[in-house]
Amino acid sequence: MDAATKSEASGLHSSLRYKFIALVGNEYVHAATAADSAAGTQPKLVIEPGTQSELAEVLRLSNEAGLAVIPRGGGTKLGWGNSPARADIILSTARLTEIIEHAWADLTVSVEAGCTIQKLQETLAQHGQRLALDPLWPEKATVGGVLSTNDSGALRLRFGALRDLIIGATIALPDGTLASSGGKVVKNVAGYDLPKLVTGSLGTLGVITRAVFRLHSLPRNMRSFSVPAADAEETQRIVRAVQDSKLAHTFLQSHFSDDTSPVSNILFEGTDAGLAAQEAQLRNLSAPASVAEASTSTWTAREELWTFSDPASTAIAKISILPANMARTIDFVERIANARQLRWRALMYATGIGWLRLEGKAGSLRDALDVLRSELQSREGSLVVLHRPDKMLAFDAWGTAGDAITLMKAVKKQLDSKNTLNPGRFVGDI
Amino acid sequence: MNLMEARILEELRTIVDTRGLISAPEELHTYECDGLTNFRVMPRAVLLPNSTEQVQAIVRICHRERIPFVARGSGTGLSGGALPVENGIVISFARMNRILEVDFPNARVVVEPGVINLDVTGRVSPQEYFYAPDPSSQSICSIGGNVAENSGGAHCLKYGFTTTHVLGLEVVLPDGSLVHLGGKTLDVPGYDLAGVFVGSEGTLGVATKIILRIVKRPECIRTMLAAFPSTNEAGAAVSDIIAAGMLPAAIEMMDNLAIQAAEAAVHANYPSCGGLLLVELDGPVAEVEALMIDVNEICRSNGALEIRVAQSDAERALVWKGRKAAFAAMGRISPNYIVQDGVIPRTALPRVMSEIERLSGEAGLRVANVFHAGDGNLHPLVLYDRRIAGQEEAAEALSSHILELCIAAGGSITGEHGVGEDKKKMMSKMFAEPDLATMQRVRCAFDPLQLSNPTKVFPTPRLCGEKPGEYVPYPAESAGIAERY
Repeated sequence: MDAATKSEASGLHSSLRYKFIALVGNEYVHAATAADSAAGTQPKLVIEPGTQSELAEVLRLSNEAGLAVIPRGGGTKLGWGNSPARADIILSTARLTEIIEHAWADLTVSVEAGCTIQKLQETLAQHGQRLALDPLWPEKATVGGVLSTNDSGALRLRFGALRDLIIGATIALPDGTLASSGGKVVKNVAGYDLPKLVTGSLGTLGVITRAVFRLHSLPRNMRSFSVPAADAEETQRIVRAVQDSKLAHTFLQSHFSDDTSPVSNILFEGTDAGLAAQEAQLRNLSAPASVAEASTSTWTAREELWTFSDPASTAIAKISILPANMARTIDFVERIANARQLRWRALMYATGIGWLRLEGKAGSLRDALDVLRSELQSREGSLVVLHRPDKMLAFDAWGTAGDAITLMKAVKKQLDSKNTLNPGRFVGDI
Repeated sequence: MNLMEARILEELRTIVDTRGLISAPEELHTYECDGLTNFRVMPRAVLLPNSTEQVQAIVRICHRERIPFVARGSGTGLSGGALPVENGIVISFARMNRILEVDFPNARVVVEPGVINLDVTGRVSPQEYFYAPDPSSQSICSIGGNVAENSGGAHCLKYGFTTTHVLGLEVVLPDGSLVHLGGKTLDVPGYDLAGVFVGSEGTLGVATKIILRIVKRPECIRTMLAAFPSTNEAGAAVSDIIAAGMLPAAIEMMDNLAIQAAEAAVHANYPSCGGLLLVELDGPVAEVEALMIDVNEICRSNGALEIRVAQSDAERALVWKGRKAAFAAMGRISPNYIVQDGVIPRTALPRVMSEIERLSGEAGLRVANVFHAGDGNLHPLVLYDRRIAGQEEAAEALSSHILELCIAAGGSITGEHGVGEDKKKMMSKMFAEPDLATMQRVRCAFDPLQLSNPTKVFPTPRLCGEKPGEYVPYPAESAGIAERY
């Protein structure tokens, strides 16, 4: 059965299907399979446009026909967010992989949304540069996907998040508009900062087709260290001492779990002389805790958290707290996990962002996440569920967006009035 | 003044009391322009609220009566952002200038919009923290104004812009409702509307509280002056510093005319030369000292005539005083001048500089150049004499030409001053119609009646509800390829 026949069977009008095929070519319109399902919802067609304009046109035609569109990059985080209320088309950026311009002497790069982070980093490294970001699964994750999910790791402490690294973007809107904003210079205040608007919008406002980033140099040298602590309280003291010091560390993260005592990792980048001096200062600050050279495996700590055996009994959440509330939060997690016989592990960054894994019965997971979310929200924090067992798919991934939700819905309505893009996946049913 | 206006004024007065309302024409003159003085509009009234509730009450009346309003901080803006709108009111934040909360464990400060930029640093410096964005006007400009313009400053090369340091905002929307964007913690669920609001030049609403991030002071700061025969050699040194993988806290450049002006104004004791670089490194002592050796070597190999390192805080302060006074110092060497704020990719510097020189020669007008060289933000100052017939027009034309050069080089018409009233005509040269239409749609979500600073930023205002940009068919469609199937 070819794509045309299949999609007809699934209720997509054939004249529209022909339009898609005419636009992007027969081999780039496939019937969707079970592997293409998005957080439990099965789409009908997968379309892979070859250019940004083609993508905008596929989006326009879909919008006109009242179809729901799920944008997709590498597909590594397609389960994040709520289940889509509707899903017809997977709009894939798989063929938009070009690195348009690496202006290395200007420390900027312009890249199509479907380029993987790894390919981008390899290209930048040829000139000793990097996008100073450590997202999950860089070998598969794409520029567009990482932007849409606002994925950031430990490097955020020093270099900021994507919102601080993106300087320009082109987005395709459901009415077919291809709109650019920002530019290719680091400093630029002309017009609204739409690159920030689409960063973290989970593809609900437009489809990012191109992004421009500011870059940083690869470090001359680097060294990382581990500092163990007896409990969360002592960890908090060490983290606070480092944060309040004049060290110029690149990242600072702390591991907690139900079966080991806490350890913090700190990374320094710079000249040999600078690294030696900072190591000495770190030893002073951390005393009486000991300081040991750490292995580079600390880099992939977040991916390890995502390596679990049973998806049906695991939940993963991104939490955001005030940095000074770290010990209190970890103690709370421990209490609610123990009370519900859940295994738990957490990775907390000094920025106040953390990653929590809970394992156990779905009912207990739901209950624990609910209680924890209320606790964090009451202290100006948040909890976003990124993975939960299929049984728990109805559990709201986001929590509250506060009193700005009406305004967010107004923005959504302006850019996607027919609710075509990722309907129902974002906060507040957007 | 007609009856309706008297009624409205009376209603406004009851909100802010007599002290908070200015409506006498002789007192309104102070508010008819901001730092860009060649545009002037008299507002109908100026309101000075002292609480969020008062701001909301004022804006609700504006909404009900369809009166446009413009928020104003210290009025130091250089693009006419706080220029009043015909028949509109001005909301001044002069009385909302309290630092509400200082939280060292979380490195957060909460302020009202009228707080002066430098006062934030003043408040947290005993604990050795600082507020990083440092526009040259930082001793008088307000945080609210900084938020509107997304102000930068010399140190944004390393530390980022206002938007990097604003975590959350309390905003009165143009219908008078109150929303909280972002927050004290990072990545609050939902769209990054704080990111959109910062730099929107007062067109999306009025901020009434701002959550800032503060930064620990570096262990040491070293400031170096390097004198070069011309800006070309200085520019080459900048490229080599960046190529060596360094991220200095600041790299500033001044040409001969700018040096002369700064010397005349504040006696900064700058070496006399064709191109002066000011390089500042900060961080741990051992790191900075290692890198200073490299910077020194790079400057020498690019032909530096003289290199000096500030030996004390006083010397460093003097070096910066000269740089920060550079605009105002132009008054010493020219009766009038226009400040521009274009940005270019750093590598285009030699080409753009020689073009500016050519244009300046053709127009018969001097151009002094002060740059944030690290990030390609040019501040060409076009000097002229208003008393000479035709010079002002020639200066404006030259100024626009320079911005066109920036756009052609792949840059921007403004790096930190904002579009405001001044550069809105240039927006259509930098952006295509669909780009601008998309921005306007975002605006319509915030301000459907277009009451908040309505005439700024966009070249052609579009009514909300109007159909956005025309759809352009995909080429394959027009070419009839689609018919093949």
